[in-house]
Amino acid sequence: MVSQRPDHERIVITGLGLSAPNGNSLAEFRRSLLEGRSGVVAYETRYFGKTVAGVCDFDELKYQRRKEVRRGTRAGSVGIYCANEAVADSGIDWENVEKSSVGIYVGVTEHGNVETENEIYQIKGYDYDTQYWSHHHNPRTVANNPAGEISMNLGITGPHYTLGAACAAGNAGLIQGVQMLRLRECNLALCGGVSESIHTFGIFASFHSQGALARHDDPTKASRPFDLDRNGIVVSEGGCMAVLERLSDAQTRGAKIYGEIVGYAMNSDATDFVMPDPDRQAQCIRLALKRAELNPEDVDIVSTHATGTTTGDAQESQALRQVWDGNGRTLLNNTKGFIGHAMGAAGALELAGNLPAFDDGVCHATINLDRPDPDCELPALVANQPREMRRVDIILNNSFGMLGINSVVIVKRI
Amino acid sequence: MTAADIQKAILDILSDIAPDEDLSDLKADVPFRDQLELDSMDFLDIVMELRKRYRIQIPEEDYPELASMNSTVEYLEPLMKNVAG
Repeated sequence: MVSQRPDHERIVITGLGLSAPNGNSLAEFRRSLLEGRSGVVAYETRYFGKTVAGVCDFDELKYQRRKEVRRGTRAGSVGIYCANEAVADSGIDWENVEKSSVGIYVGVTEHGNVETENEIYQIKGYDYDTQYWSHHHNPRTVANNPAGEISMNLGITGPHYTLGAACAAGNAGLIQGVQMLRLRECNLALCGGVSESIHTFGIFASFHSQGALARHDDPTKASRPFDLDRNGIVVSEGGCMAVLERLSDAQTRGAKIYGEIVGYAMNSDATDFVMPDPDRQAQCIRLALKRAELNPEDVDIVSTHATGTTTGDAQESQALRQVWDGNGRTLLNNTKGFIGHAMGAAGALELAGNLPAFDDGVCHATINLDRPDPDCELPALVANQPREMRRVDIILNNSFGMLGINSVVIVKRI
Repeated sequence: MTAADIQKAILDILSDIAPDEDLSDLKADVPFRDQLELDSMDFLDIVMELRKRYRIQIPEEDYPELASMNSTVEYLEPLMKNVAG
């Protein structure tokens, strides 16, 4: 398949920076995925108590001063770490990049809950007297905060904003980057997604009330998409930012190219607050394939979204069977068994973890799949052990979220 | 609180607000802003921390009194004389 677009409209990934619960660089993350290493640990949070979560341990002070960490948010720090790592990884001559031509597009599932809960907790100690409410609350909770902190840290004066897209946000950030480059709104896009969700007790309490929070005596076994014994989501923090450029620019500077974003799609279920709709998910996948001028059987690896909930995994399985039923060559995997659900970062992280397959030809496994659920029948799902493939050219990444938001990104080896 | 206690209290607050700064050679008669990287939000932090830690209310028109260590201590002394050190 040869892209019909001219090179200046073809958008490629030239840098990746990430922090996942099991790795603070793409190399470390990939190694964990290939070696079956989980990043889920025992965790305790205010009011809710003991649970499990995916916790990141990147060095906040690598790119921030202590004062900046104190002033800002965890999501901001995650974004700053990932953005700096992505820029460094891209090998671009950053000093001489025109900063007004860089756009920052950061996907978030939610933002502001952590900071609001902290303030309420603080003023509780002062009998809820709002005189003790911090003047830092508004700059910390404005929805653009994580993107804005990146802009200040890197001196980027082009556009910056977040995309609130529930758990489809990581893909949404990447898609926005592609679109803005094609519209010539920027010449370089820093995009992806971040999550600080483990620092709000509310997300744990709400999933628990919904009957959708994972629990297991062994934290590393708690996140088990597609498994019969799955019992919910493991909430995680993390981030993944990509440097996107036009193919023509990347080639001019001789950049290393991870792959080209050849297709994408977003759509809406328009049916329910939490229940996904497999028909719309399948539609979204087909739309992305159509835009990429690909057939389902052209895809080598599908990175599934499944989060470990009873209904969600079965619904996505239905959608996948609608598109790939009868096709024996496309392999499927899932990343959440390793790292839990990194919320706004999930889409970008899960795609990034699969991209090295272009080089090493391996489809990483779906771990904790001890008893495959017949309701999630997916014969091509790579279970527990990575699978060597002859060659990987196309990776398709699903990311879906509450309120029926669906997103798909397709990346092709260059 | 004595003047020395107040000075120590302010240094504690500053070490939280400006954790990257070396406060050991802070000059008492020179404005904080000429020695430290402090902006208006940081000054509001000083006001907030005095409120939180010592229940001291500083009206907005008095904020300029917090310019240097000397002026701050001088301003706070009568307000904090009954605060336990």
